[in-house]
Amino acid sequence: MGKKRVIPGFGLSFGITVFWLGIIILIPLSALFIKAAGLGPGEWWKILTSARVLAAAKLTFGASAAAAAVSTVLGLLVAWVLVRYQFPGRRILDAIVDLPFALPTAVAGITLTSIYAPTGWIGKYLADMGIQGAYSPFGVFIALTFIGFPFVVRTVQPVMEDMGLELEEASAILGAGRWTTFRRVIFPVLIPALITGFTLAFARAIGEYGSVIFISGNLPMKTEILPLLIVAQLEQVKYEAAAVIASGMLLVSFFLLFLINLLQRRLNWQTR
Amino acid sequence: MANRSVTTESAPVRWLLIGLAIVILTLFLLLPLAAVFIEAFRRGSEVFIKALTEDAALSAIKLTLLAAGISVPLNTVFGLAAAWLITKFRFKGRSFLLSLIDLPFAVSPVIAGLVFVLLFGARGWFGPWLKANDIQIIFALPGIILATVFVTFPFVARELIPLMESQGSDQEEAAVTLGARGWQVFRHVTLPNIKWGLLYGILLCNARAMGEFGAVSVVSGHIRGKTNTLPLHVEVLYNEYQFSAAFACAALLALLALLTLGLKSLVEHLSGHSAKGH
Repeated sequence: MGKKRVIPGFGLSFGITVFWLGIIILIPLSALFIKAAGLGPGEWWKILTSARVLAAAKLTFGASAAAAAVSTVLGLLVAWVLVRYQFPGRRILDAIVDLPFALPTAVAGITLTSIYAPTGWIGKYLADMGIQGAYSPFGVFIALTFIGFPFVVRTVQPVMEDMGLELEEASAILGAGRWTTFRRVIFPVLIPALITGFTLAFARAIGEYGSVIFISGNLPMKTEILPLLIVAQLEQVKYEAAAVIASGMLLVSFFLLFLINLLQRRLNWQTR
Repeated sequence: MANRSVTTESAPVRWLLIGLAIVILTLFLLLPLAAVFIEAFRRGSEVFIKALTEDAALSAIKLTLLAAGISVPLNTVFGLAAAWLITKFRFKGRSFLLSLIDLPFAVSPVIAGLVFVLLFGARGWFGPWLKANDIQIIFALPGIILATVFVTFPFVARELIPLMESQGSDQEEAAVTLGARGWQVFRHVTLPNIKWGLLYGILLCNARAMGEFGAVSVVSGHIRGKTNTLPLHVEVLYNEYQFSAAFACAALLALLALLTLGLKSLVEHLSGHSAKGH
């Protein structure tokens, strides 16, 4: 096509993009995998199947999945209310949804800890019910839900805003109640956005560090997450072990993202 | 509006859902935000002011501003170049490049720090060479900047790409046909169209750069008064059980977050919502 050469700057923008991507992202990430590959498969296996790594992996992926699932439900509800209803304070609430994006994770970490600690505002009521808020796997889940749920709101919201009312009117004329219309007409349209929101929340949660390490209490085998385990290896100058755990973590999360992407393509194709 | 009645819920359901959403947002977002400020002032404003004006805090603030002041412009230039490349041209490997730009979102901040330790740390690839030439990257400012650039890498590009994609290239093509040169096209045609989106991307990039914890924590070495950024300073104080001081510094960071959100709303208002990510 001769058309694409009309606009100048291909060489320059290509150069800057690839150069910056290379030195900041690609070379460093390859260094990680090369470092990890320096150890044989036997060593890999030994590190990745050690009880401490397995416990941390279970907590990291388990709590992230649970938090992303809860974020999806809460996010759907909040997005619906913000898009569909008018009420005083709506615009402020809409703006505040982004708070977890803008609030530094360490700040989120210490303030959530103070609230959910056994003496905290919410923690003391949880303690009365026999639930330990902070310093438990449940605390990890709370922090990850806080971090994750704006992703769901912000991916579902634009889809809801663009949704015309025609289908809903048709559904009502054909005699469907509001709940049926929601389940059969509105919800299917939202599924791809909900899956994207879930995926973003999940991916972010797996790698999350700052907000979790304060509220988790960091007990090995109990409330230690994978990123913290990497830091622990680094502090003992075990570079190789840190690289292996990091590579394993990256491979698993890339694989999960790939699977969810695949699922989404399937769904997109079906609903069309 | 009566004519909308078939496409909305009955009033009780509506108010129930609104109530639920308000409770969720209050418990989940407003309560933590309030807690930061209440904890910060728990022991009076004197403690608060002292926590922010002691030497370690001032140097942490300075380092945070410096690191963001260098990282954000770098990623802004990259974001503009990447968005121009992705939206104005069709070429082989375009969608692959697009997923590479998003890659840092899927990488844990801790790993973002780790990769630079593996490259430049004392036992890293370039460690011996750097030592021989007396250059320090890890546990120093360059490492903090590299880690910050890594985690904030996609922010500006991610805001600009959908915006520029939706605007198309017709105006730029017309300008070129009329004889405008590359920079003229960019400055007089593209930039005015994307200014709000660009500003929005820079705001988010800056908020993340100043607040980054995990990546910076791995490369900084926590040297008090030297390589502690403000979020790291919060951690140090917190671990020393100086809770009021920790929350005082946290309150400053929370103010930055609120300022970011306020400016973001303002940008959305001024641009008629066009800056909102689609």
